[in-house]
Amino acid sequence: MEALLASAIGAMTAAAIYLILRRRSFAVVLGTTMLSYAINLFLFATGRLVVDRPPILRAGASYTDPLPQALVLTAIVISFGMTAVTVMMALGAFLEGGDDRVDMPKDDREPPR
Amino acid sequence: MSPALIAVLPFLGALLPALLIRSGRDVAAVASATATGIALLGLCLHIPAILSGEVILARFDWLPALGLNANFRIDGLGLLFGILILGIGLLIQLYARFYLSARDDAGAFYTYLMLFQGAMMGIVLSDNILLLLVFWELTSLSSFLLIGFWSHLPEGRQGARMALTVTGMGGLSMIAGMLILGNIAGGYDLTTILAAREAVQASPLYLPALLLILLGAFTKSAQFPFHFWLPHAMAAPTPVSAYLHSATMVKAGIFLLARLWPVLSGTPEWFWIVTLTGLATMVMGAWIAIFRDDLKSLLAFSTVSHLGLITMLLGMGTEGAAIAAMFHIVAHATFKAALFMVAGIVDHETGTRSLARLGGLRRAMPLTFAIAAVAALSMAGIPPLNGFLSKEMMLEQASLTPWLAALATLGALFSVCYSLRFVWGVFMGPPRIDGHDPGPGLWLAPAFLAMLVVLIGLLPNTLVGWLVTAASGTVTAGHPHPHFALWHGLTPALGLSVIAVLGGAALLALGPRGFALPDAKRVFDALTRGAEAAARVVTDRFTNGSMARAFVGFTLSVLLCAAWAFSTGDYSGPTRPMLPIQPVPLIGWAALMIATGGMVAFHRHRMLALVMVGVVGLIVSGMFLYLSAPDLALTQISVEVVTVILLLLALNFLPKRTALESRDRKRGFDAFVAVLGGVGFGALAYVVMRGGFAFPPISEYMLANSYKLGGGDNVVNVILVDFRGYDTFGEITVLGIAALAIFALTETLMTGASAARLAAWQYDMPRAGARHPLMLVVVTRLILPMMLVVGLYIFLRGHNMPGGGFVAGLIVSIALVSQYMASGHAWAEQRNRFPYHALIGAGVIAAGVTGIGAWFAGLPFLTSTFGYVKLPGIEKFELASAMGFDLGVFLCVVGAVMLALDSLARIARAAGGQVSPSPMDVDPSRGNA
Repeated sequence: MEALLASAIGAMTAAAIYLILRRRSFAVVLGTTMLSYAINLFLFATGRLVVDRPPILRAGASYTDPLPQALVLTAIVISFGMTAVTVMMALGAFLEGGDDRVDMPKDDREPPR
Repeated sequence: MSPALIAVLPFLGALLPALLIRSGRDVAAVASATATGIALLGLCLHIPAILSGEVILARFDWLPALGLNANFRIDGLGLLFGILILGIGLLIQLYARFYLSARDDAGAFYTYLMLFQGAMMGIVLSDNILLLLVFWELTSLSSFLLIGFWSHLPEGRQGARMALTVTGMGGLSMIAGMLILGNIAGGYDLTTILAAREAVQASPLYLPALLLILLGAFTKSAQFPFHFWLPHAMAAPTPVSAYLHSATMVKAGIFLLARLWPVLSGTPEWFWIVTLTGLATMVMGAWIAIFRDDLKSLLAFSTVSHLGLITMLLGMGTEGAAIAAMFHIVAHATFKAALFMVAGIVDHETGTRSLARLGGLRRAMPLTFAIAAVAALSMAGIPPLNGFLSKEMMLEQASLTPWLAALATLGALFSVCYSLRFVWGVFMGPPRIDGHDPGPGLWLAPAFLAMLVVLIGLLPNTLVGWLVTAASGTVTAGHPHPHFALWHGLTPALGLSVIAVLGGAALLALGPRGFALPDAKRVFDALTRGAEAAARVVTDRFTNGSMARAFVGFTLSVLLCAAWAFSTGDYSGPTRPMLPIQPVPLIGWAALMIATGGMVAFHRHRMLALVMVGVVGLIVSGMFLYLSAPDLALTQISVEVVTVILLLLALNFLPKRTALESRDRKRGFDAFVAVLGGVGFGALAYVVMRGGFAFPPISEYMLANSYKLGGGDNVVNVILVDFRGYDTFGEITVLGIAALAIFALTETLMTGASAARLAAWQYDMPRAGARHPLMLVVVTRLILPMMLVVGLYIFLRGHNMPGGGFVAGLIVSIALVSQYMASGHAWAEQRNRFPYHALIGAGVIAAGVTGIGAWFAGLPFLTSTFGYVKLPGIEKFELASAMGFDLGVFLCVVGAVMLALDSLARIARAAGGQVSPSPMDVDPSRGNA
């Protein structure tokens, strides 16, 4: 099971990096979404994998580590906020400039003298 | 009055002038002077105790884990500096009231002045060197504001920048030095450090610490070769110069040398570095001062010279030298503040400070002349003024070493020369310029100081003897019994003094010619320009505007660091057995891999890619469910829904396809980097999962106490709302801020180029026939109450079962969003009674108030409590105060999600044209609309 999850994390990370390296804003947004899945899963995995022992207290049972879960829970919600802001920025840039490239245009790259 | 209060009072006073300036500058000046006066009074009340040898302490723990405590102390040294800072501060406040012109913003001026005063008081009263560093940096910052007060003048801005750069750089090095010092001494409280002399001086790190601390002190006190910022700081209004360069800012470095004297002094390193730096500064500053044309510039270099003198005395390391240093600090503060004020008066009344244009003003300005003569003669060291006493003591100390005596006499000789030149050039000779004495507002303060100069000279033991004794007692950690007198008999020091006075007068009469020194400002400017250019080259190399390039660099360097860390660590293979692979997770894994691969393959077809994201999110939430994390599964799946809706809404206004533009080679390279990153991260995850815990997880405590302390069975929820409630509080605030940022972005998009583009929007895909399909409208309206009840249920059970504020908030958001989607924005907007901003605010407030509630029970912020309630008719149920907090989370999540989606919907509406406010509403009164 560990190998499955690790390979899934790896595949998602690779896809995320590839998408972030594209030059259009929507691909970058998709890439960051994928990257947050991968990182959330990784953080969650630091609690080690346990099946059928949710951290809901019942007498006498043992439980999985609840702390990574709490961390990841807020991370999921925050990454939604982050995605929303980047989407909005991408949309704003496209509507203002008529172009959805993420790179700075060549003319703007020269540092001001 | 507590030492802490004395240090804080000027900061409190800083609030008043800015607020009261509408009532006029008199009120602002009086208000700030009142705060200063009260602080001074409070300080003076401690005098009897301190003279009897006590040290007044006030201790507050601030960050005890870092050794940073808000500890304050008043001892002899702090008392002497405190009286100078507050006393001269009062005079400056009076003087500035009449000096500043109607165009200057006096409210801001007094606020800056009080901030600076507070920072200085903090330095001299701190009993913790980390706290002292905080105030030290504050003086750099507030003096920047003061020096650059006339920000319309380029000299003001440049001078302020230069002062900040030099003193700020010194401050940084001092932080390092202080950290080393505290580390050696085993604590950051002065009480600890002052007792650790042997340990500190025996440590191999003594020299680095000494050098770093001295660098901080020397830059602040304008010692050679860092003296150049001080003359440029003269671009400040004269009251600022009079304050910063007589009694306060530049004396901070001196104070630090004196403060750490018991620990650091007495070694050969200390003696040579400090004495020689002081001596060089004294002679060089005095020599340059002789040739300055601008009155304030002359005074600036003379200040540099006198600071060198005090530094030299502190470097000698003897008790007598320390006493002389303390006495000269008082003497210099009195005569130099008076002289700066005189320069200001001359400037104010004649319009120039140039010695080339001034002259013969003794008849026109007799009062100013008298004040200037007294103060300048004291600076020259003429009896019976206070400057004579300190110069005699200095020469007496120096006369023990012949070469030192010779150079010190030379410095004194130059000092006589420029002092006489100051008086001579402005007031003597034939009248060359018109002028008259100013009103009492301007002359009262310098006259008072000149009176002190005379009185201290005549009655040194009565007036300041006790203060100097107490201060030098602190510095030397001993019990000195100095006796100050004008006449000591025919001593060598008297002889040297006579030589200095006669030689100085002769030098002035000869009319010396200076030689051009390299302009320090040009060197400084060249240095800063060079640093800037180097920074630009480096920055441009890494970020040239291409995001992909920066990201590739980042990914590769992270991978390199990780590979290096892993190869140098001691990894000994997996220790945990693998979980068996079940068929259902295997199918999920395969689906995930296909979806991920499909997403990369089809990412240019954006709709399809979005579907793939949905699939991935769904499987991730399934994984959470399978791996004992029901809360995460619930959250993930509901976040997935809102994310997809959000991306769909955005895609409405973005191109539906991504153009292919990278070359094959570039894409191949990107894929290579991506695979490298994926393999690295996946391998790391694998290694982590197969290894054991490095130490027992802290969540043992949470599992054991979740019910006992938090009153909940769902440990994840209890961690969120109780154990780590403070984190959650921060997180919902961030979420709220993100939503507000989205709202603000939308507002800007509603105007300008994007608004025009939206108004002329042509949809590039065929529109659906029915905007509001009947079935969808009816079904969503029907299930709205049910979804809300589900949300409520999830919320209420959250403390004991999977659920809670986050999930409930997302579910309620989905319920509301489905109304927007089915019935349209206009319809939903009309029925929405609560603005989403208000929900976010209410959420943060509810969470905060619940946290504060714990204070009333005498418990720390966010401590929760719980109990059981029995209402008639229903079963007994539990009520925890954490529920209030969870309600805040809930409201904030609903508000943030809805505000984000609502903003996107508003954009759609701007492009949408005709909308119906009442789709599918059955209302017979409207007829057949």
